[in-house]
Amino acid sequence: MSTSRQAETAAGGRLRAPLFFALMAALIVLEGLTSSWNSALGILNMGLLSAIMALGVNMQWGYAGLFNAGAMGFVALGGLAPVLISMPPTQGAFKAGGVGILIAFAVATIAVIGAVWLYRTLKGRARGLAVALVLIIGFFVFRWVFDPAVAAIEAINPSAAGNLGGLGLPTLVSWPVGALLAAGAAWLVGKIALGLRSDYLAIATLGIAEIVVAVLKNEQWLDRGVLNVNGIPRPWPVPYEITLQNSPAFVSKMQAWGIDPTQGSTLTVKLAFLLLFVVVIGVLLWFSEMARRSPWGRMMRAIRDNEVSAAAMGKNVTRRHLQIFVLGSAVIGLAGAMMISLDGQMTPSSYNPLRYTFLVLVMVIVGGSGSNWGSILGGLLIWYVWVKAGDWGPNIMALLASPVPDGAFKQHMIDSAAHMRMLVMGGILLIVLRFSPRGLLPEK
Amino acid sequence: MSYLEARDMTGGYGKADILHSCTLCVEKGEIAVIVGPNGAGKSTAMKAVFGMLNLREGRVTLDGVDITGLSPQDRVKKGMGFVPQVNNVFPTMTVEENLEMGAFIRDDNFKVTMEQVFTLFPILKDKRRQNAGELSGGQRQQVAVGRALMTQPKLLMLDEPTAGVSPIVMDELFDRIIEVARTGISILMVEQNARQALEIADKGYVLVQGENKYTDTGKALLADPEVRRTFLGG
Amino acid sequence: MDFLNALVAITNYVIIPATAYGAQLALGALGVTLIYSILRFSNFAHGDTMAFGTGVVILITWGFQAMGISFGPLPTALLALPFGIIITSALMLGTDKVVYQYYRKVKAAPVVMVMVSVGVMFIMNALTRFLIGVDQINFADGARFVINAREWREMTGLAEPLTLRSTQVITVVTAILVVWALFWFLGKTRTGKSMRAFSDNEDLALLSGIDPDRVVAVTWIITGALATIAGTLYGLDKSFKAFTYFQLLLPIFASAIVGGIGNPVGAIAGGFVISFSEVGLTYAWKKVVTYLIPNWEPDGLVQLLSTDYKYAVSFTILILVLIFKPTGLFKGKIV
Repeated sequence: MSTSRQAETAAGGRLRAPLFFALMAALIVLEGLTSSWNSALGILNMGLLSAIMALGVNMQWGYAGLFNAGAMGFVALGGLAPVLISMPPTQGAFKAGGVGILIAFAVATIAVIGAVWLYRTLKGRARGLAVALVLIIGFFVFRWVFDPAVAAIEAINPSAAGNLGGLGLPTLVSWPVGALLAAGAAWLVGKIALGLRSDYLAIATLGIAEIVVAVLKNEQWLDRGVLNVNGIPRPWPVPYEITLQNSPAFVSKMQAWGIDPTQGSTLTVKLAFLLLFVVVIGVLLWFSEMARRSPWGRMMRAIRDNEVSAAAMGKNVTRRHLQIFVLGSAVIGLAGAMMISLDGQMTPSSYNPLRYTFLVLVMVIVGGSGSNWGSILGGLLIWYVWVKAGDWGPNIMALLASPVPDGAFKQHMIDSAAHMRMLVMGGILLIVLRFSPRGLLPEK
Repeated sequence: MSYLEARDMTGGYGKADILHSCTLCVEKGEIAVIVGPNGAGKSTAMKAVFGMLNLREGRVTLDGVDITGLSPQDRVKKGMGFVPQVNNVFPTMTVEENLEMGAFIRDDNFKVTMEQVFTLFPILKDKRRQNAGELSGGQRQQVAVGRALMTQPKLLMLDEPTAGVSPIVMDELFDRIIEVARTGISILMVEQNARQALEIADKGYVLVQGENKYTDTGKALLADPEVRRTFLGG
Repeated sequence: MDFLNALVAITNYVIIPATAYGAQLALGALGVTLIYSILRFSNFAHGDTMAFGTGVVILITWGFQAMGISFGPLPTALLALPFGIIITSALMLGTDKVVYQYYRKVKAAPVVMVMVSVGVMFIMNALTRFLIGVDQINFADGARFVINAREWREMTGLAEPLTLRSTQVITVVTAILVVWALFWFLGKTRTGKSMRAFSDNEDLALLSGIDPDRVVAVTWIITGALATIAGTLYGLDKSFKAFTYFQLLLPIFASAIVGGIGNPVGAIAGGFVISFSEVGLTYAWKKVVTYLIPNWEPDGLVQLLSTDYKYAVSFTILILVLIFKPTGLFKGKIV
């Protein structure tokens, strides 16, 4: 009797994941049938990117219990890579100011290294003075080289360019570069904030995220700032709609299938992205699962579950945390780069911490902390709910407001419905944390 | 019947029992000392008396009233005072505020009690505006004992009050504890410094693996060759 | 060299605004630090609590204005403030009952509490948006200036103008009163002392018969009040925008940590360290330089950092403190 029940729950456990994914697929199909396949694929693609972000955050929160409150920063930093790698270079920009900027950064690096060296070698009052002096002089030399270089670059064709441009390399190359950029920033933050008490990392990452986005918004020479970078090339093998529509072979094939060629072209593009994303997710998932089951992954979980005893067993907790933090951030950065490739444009003002930091945390926790499949499910499901809550909010609110007499208050109620999704997300997060802290697909 | 009777206490923190039918009794105004090797369950026995441990078996009565089911806070109201071994003061609060917090459950005027504490520990009166965290180890222990005395307990329990203080300070602390006992307060104390503690004890309990091994007056235990050999190092 | 005019310029553009901003940050940091020392987690919902409280105050202010009630030369919002505090504190108490209480009972790790506060943050964010929307709102009324530029010129004959806005004076005066009241409460009253005892040594506080539920409840009430006051003062001085308040979380946390988290004096000192660094580093010093060094016209604005990077200042100071003195300028707690 008891053995059969055990078998039953085990089967339930095995069936749980496929069941939830089937449900998710049904929701997407439903969207395709009731709304449009374009919108369904749009949600699916963005959901998959969110799932990758969730995979990265899950490494940090789920494997190691590290609270990254700055996923947005790593997403944005990763997004810089397609701009710098796959955009064509701006003619003459490098000659006008690129060299100057490189020299400026060299100066800054030397000043910082010099300051660190002085800090380590000197002692007492002289140390503080010398370090401050080196940093201050370094800062002014930096600005003295940097400012004219920036001015020179931003003067070049400001209406269309005004930035350095990129290297003109294939877009696929930019994705790992995005991961590297994010990893570099994560290393710096982690080096400082890890090993201190747990929520200091949260606060430090919150800060770095704000700063990364501020840089993207304001450094025109880098990414045109709030002027946005448009026309970022698509990754191989995703085609352009216009090419497809101009291709007689494609048009005749679509007509043979009874699909409008314009709609067919957008669907084809989305499907191509989908394929690419699925491949990336597959690879990431395979690596994540391998890592999770490896001795390294077991040690990570041992540290998460009991930091004190792990440290007592001679594990260097801070170093392990740094590793996982950098790795997780690299995955988040990769997703950021992929997202810019999907959008084809860089709009720094669109980075919002609620969407790119805290929503991703919700995804991880709802999916199941520590569970990779859970993060993917969470990414898809929460993104779906987020999008749909935006759609449904006004309808629900209109229903709620229907008994209210017409007037300013009713209008206010209906207008504010757009914010419904915040309430929904907060509610979901609190309910899952309280009643099902292991999430939909618990870690095994 | 003794003032405090903790009879046949059996229990522990998890599944395994640490205490096995352990019994501790203290008369009014008496100093009782629990000694024994490391891991004998001395502190656990004390915590069980104070209600910080769930007992599977046994009963605790204070002045004839059964208090087995009460929480530590309620036992304080019934007349128990407890001085933990570590973290036993409020470090960023002044000495005076520490004593005041000790009297938190009292609604009457506690100034007289505070004066009594200051008479007992004159150094605290001088340092009463100083933060407890800035005092020396011995002074901090005095604050801790003073804080527990503020509720005017009938029974004062001390968990290794001399841990980490110098021999001179230890002697002074023991003198103070004798003074406290003379005012009619019963003392139950766990001590590492077994020999010195037994010298001031009216009654000594030697615990081994959560069981009563020897129970006698302090003097008798000190004189017992078996106890001397096994627990007092000759 | 025109020393007087340079001094006036510094006062006008750096000292006065930084003092007002520092007072606002200090009040915000006090709220964060109180929650940290009693409930032992970093409250990510604090920025949105400030936004909510300010939103309520604005609505009540509008109500008063519609009824024709005003506060003479002072902003009507000050009349509305007590009501805003009551509502916000009530919400805090409700949130604690519904959300946080459970995690205290199961003794959840601080980082889980932080995650829970993110959930609360979403809810507070939504409530604020339902209440008042996402737009920028100016709700300061009453007299605008204590000293305006024209009066100043007539009074002193100096070329450099100096303005002192009434909201700046109100901010500083209110902040002083609030801080005084808070320290009196923590230092002199039985409840205040019991809160400090609880923060110092929770186990011993329980042993002494201090009621933890009462301590926590009082903490939330005070936090609600501090958040509402800080938010309203900031909104009066600058303007109200829900998202800006969320962003204030970073300088507020920085203030609390720089001063030594868990230490109220530190929170205040931290607030001013952050505000003066932020304003000082993002101010264009050109004017001052021209006054001080005659016959020299600097090319640029002599601005060390663009104002868009003001959060980088908080962040850098935060990082420096974390590297060199993780317990902060005044010794804080590390739980």
